[in-house]
Amino acid sequence: MPRIGVFICHCGENIGATVDCEVVAQAAGRLPGVAHAVDYKYMCSDPGQSLIKEAIREKRLTGVVVGACSPRMHEPTFRRACAEAGLNPFLCEMANLREHCSWVHEKGEVTTQKAIDLVRMLVEKVKRNRPLTPIRVPITKRALVLGGGIAGIQAALDIANAGHKVVLVERDPSIGGHMAQLSETFPTLDCSQCILTPRMVEVAQHPDITLYTYSELESLDGFIGNFRATIRKKARSVDESLCTGCGACIQKCAQKKIPSEFNAGLGRRTAIYVPFPQAVPNKPVIDRARCTYYKSGRCKLCEKVCPTKAIRFDQEDELVTIDVGAVVVATGYDVKATSFFPEYGYGEYKDVITGLQFERLASASGPTLGEIRRPSDNEVPKKIVFIACAGSRDPAKGIHYCSKICCMYTAKHAMLYSHKVHDGEAYVFYMDIRAGGKMYEEFVRRAVEEDHVRYVRGRVSRIYPKNGKLIVKGVDTLLNSRPVEVEADLVVLATAMTAQPDAEDLAQKLKVSYDGDKFLNEAHPKLRPVEMNTAGIFVAGACQAPKDIPETVAQASGAASKVAGMFSRDELSREPVVAVVNRQPPPVWSTCVGCFLCETACAYQAIEREEIRGRDGGLIRTIAKVNESVCQGCGTCVALCRSKSIDLQGYTNEQVYAELLAL
Amino acid sequence: MRIGFFPGCSLEGSSREYLESIREVAAVLGIELAEIPDWNCCGATAAHTLNHRLALALPARTLALAEQAGLDEVVVPCSACYNRLAGTRHELLHDEALRQQITDIIEMNWHGATRVLNVLEWLNRVVGELPGHVSAPFGHRVACYYGCYLTRPKALAACRRIEDPTEMDDLVRAVGAEPIRWAYKVECCGAGLSVSRTESVARLSERIVSDAVERGAEAIVVACPMCHTNLDLRRDAILAAAPPGGRSRIAGIPVLYVTQVVGLAMGVSLRPLGLHRHHVPVRLSAAPPSVAPAAAGEGEE
Repeated sequence: MPRIGVFICHCGENIGATVDCEVVAQAAGRLPGVAHAVDYKYMCSDPGQSLIKEAIREKRLTGVVVGACSPRMHEPTFRRACAEAGLNPFLCEMANLREHCSWVHEKGEVTTQKAIDLVRMLVEKVKRNRPLTPIRVPITKRALVLGGGIAGIQAALDIANAGHKVVLVERDPSIGGHMAQLSETFPTLDCSQCILTPRMVEVAQHPDITLYTYSELESLDGFIGNFRATIRKKARSVDESLCTGCGACIQKCAQKKIPSEFNAGLGRRTAIYVPFPQAVPNKPVIDRARCTYYKSGRCKLCEKVCPTKAIRFDQEDELVTIDVGAVVVATGYDVKATSFFPEYGYGEYKDVITGLQFERLASASGPTLGEIRRPSDNEVPKKIVFIACAGSRDPAKGIHYCSKICCMYTAKHAMLYSHKVHDGEAYVFYMDIRAGGKMYEEFVRRAVEEDHVRYVRGRVSRIYPKNGKLIVKGVDTLLNSRPVEVEADLVVLATAMTAQPDAEDLAQKLKVSYDGDKFLNEAHPKLRPVEMNTAGIFVAGACQAPKDIPETVAQASGAASKVAGMFSRDELSREPVVAVVNRQPPPVWSTCVGCFLCETACAYQAIEREEIRGRDGGLIRTIAKVNESVCQGCGTCVALCRSKSIDLQGYTNEQVYAELLAL
Repeated sequence: MRIGFFPGCSLEGSSREYLESIREVAAVLGIELAEIPDWNCCGATAAHTLNHRLALALPARTLALAEQAGLDEVVVPCSACYNRLAGTRHELLHDEALRQQITDIIEMNWHGATRVLNVLEWLNRVVGELPGHVSAPFGHRVACYYGCYLTRPKALAACRRIEDPTEMDDLVRAVGAEPIRWAYKVECCGAGLSVSRTESVARLSERIVSDAVERGAEAIVVACPMCHTNLDLRRDAILAAAPPGGRSRIAGIPVLYVTQVVGLAMGVSLRPLGLHRHHVPVRLSAAPPSVAPAAAGEGEE
């Protein structure tokens, strides 16, 4: 015979002002199986919890229903109280009388009646609850970090410095990412390379970090604490253990006119190359699509000059399998979206460039060694136009979101330009200036007031060439909306920050969710910003949303501390709200017929196959089995199971039907 | 193949040559143009500046007639007519209450079954077939001028890249012409101010014609009667607005309808295409200049 205790909370006035809590408690006391019912002003407070604990002991309760707020708010609180009084915590349930009743209805008899109904449902449910125990999962204390930009570098260093092993995978030949391409950084104008390259060296030299460059994630299996990653090490065509990075091969390479990715297409590189002199590792790769030998079968100049005989034309891709406990995704962003505004003529006119290209022009390591010279004729531009929001915040033609970094880097570009070209004029066409951040607004004001950058609030409708100049036609919406025409020598587009072109593939490989713009989704936008909806996978940097360097580094450190926190324990404990396949005594074994529809339905790959064998070892039947470490308790398999062989612990069909029948 | 057709007023008046050339091209392509029976005025600018419901009711009646006639699609060559018909269809399809009001006014049923096409959309469907019909490739550098109504507003635009459309360029390229890249393909010609403020139209249109000439175009190609009127019929006013030194350069550049260009390339002679009706005479040499005239000096072209 069940002995259920019902505890109705007033939540101050939150529930008490709308629902007659005393009447609810009295009604609950009359329900069959209820041995104790009481109401109290603040059930979550210490005296409130004591009411529950005392009742459990004195009335020998077999189940508890707390009629209060949402279980998201206080279920852990009340379950802990029950456990302290000796009741299995999973025998405690909450009826949500606040969000589901008092907050959404007017005061009145009907509202009180609804509260009684909600309590009655939960009483019927809790009668059928069974004691459950949390699931324990072992942890492999090694983290996989995907992406070697500043986000990945920061996360890898933080995890490694906490004393754990890290595998850092970068698909380019060097780590460094976009930050290595930048000239100076806002709002302090410190040199990007000067603050980044020491970190890159630290990564390479850290005893607990294994670095795989020119490598990509092939697949990821397993679950939190127990992932298995397969990494494809693309063939460098160079034996890294022999190469000393002397560069003789690069000097001799016959292909010298390949657009350099690092210089955003403004410089040239060879077919055997390191992306930039400060690369980590400083060992070349052969770009097989461009190499003369791979195209025509002849050349091998690099092999002839290599003093250590490190060139390996026959090297093949290598697959490495690594067990890891956690994954940090830090795969970054892309800025190539120039197609939103064909009327700006990017690609058509050499002197219309992107912000990233301007970074290379302004960088001391760039193709012009830091002098601002325009691509078409190498002249110093005397009039330069920056167009902010070249694609961002434009649902009609571009993307709907704000790329977040452009206001700041455009101010920085204009500032760098006026520092380098003293007689030059800089114009910025903008929609709004978004300069939220420490010292950000001050930075933009400095560009306007000290460096005399001309900010024009308005959009540019068209750019066309005339007499060696680029005519920029726009509008100044602040001065009676008059049309503006600027004869520019160079135009810089703040193109939108977009997700990596293969972000969707990666998300599917990792089984994590992503938004309509292919940015990866964090588990909760406010309260779980570095976790993803798949347990054990964390996110950092611009693969989640556009963000600048300080924010990226903060998120990376956040993700790293989550990983370190997880690794500080030897095993994980999690709620036992998982699906189970029923097992029956022989000769039935289980009602599962092995159709494995559940396998298709499961979004988390939690369904395994279990062979039932007789004493002689002969196979009797193959049935489904739920890996309780992986199962997220969504219940999709339960709904789909045709023989009703799967049930969700804590939310069994029996419990749910009992709730509904109580209505 | 049979397709609905709405000539509108200008194609029966000042832009007869547009209609004539459309009929010639359709004949070569074996397309039957089924004129909407008893069609009426689209309302153009006059109606929608005065009364919103009148502006919707006029095109709605024509669309309802097309629907009654069982036409799935209607070709509407005039850009203003196109804008009114396509705009009305769009608005009524997205506002159930408004549709009820308008169908009450016109006392006809309307379901939105008939789609509206302009000439660019219509010919681009068969652009693959055009080279097969070409007997005299139109070997000239041309400036394709789209004007405003073909590209705006975005919901109705017949063109994919609204600020830098390429649909007309694709068409003329298919019949052997060489479309230039220029700066004024969607700038305003002054449109209906042609009558009331001719000097404004002259000022705006002068920039369009001058830029086309400066960048080496031998002809301007249009798909809108209003554009044609302003660039061709108003040429004297344009010349008056031009700087004195530049007048002779821009005096002679002819303005052709896209269907006239296609028709010429198909071997149709001048008169059936209505080329004799233009104000600026169409005198294009048979053999195009082998070297393109220097454009305005940009290295990028």
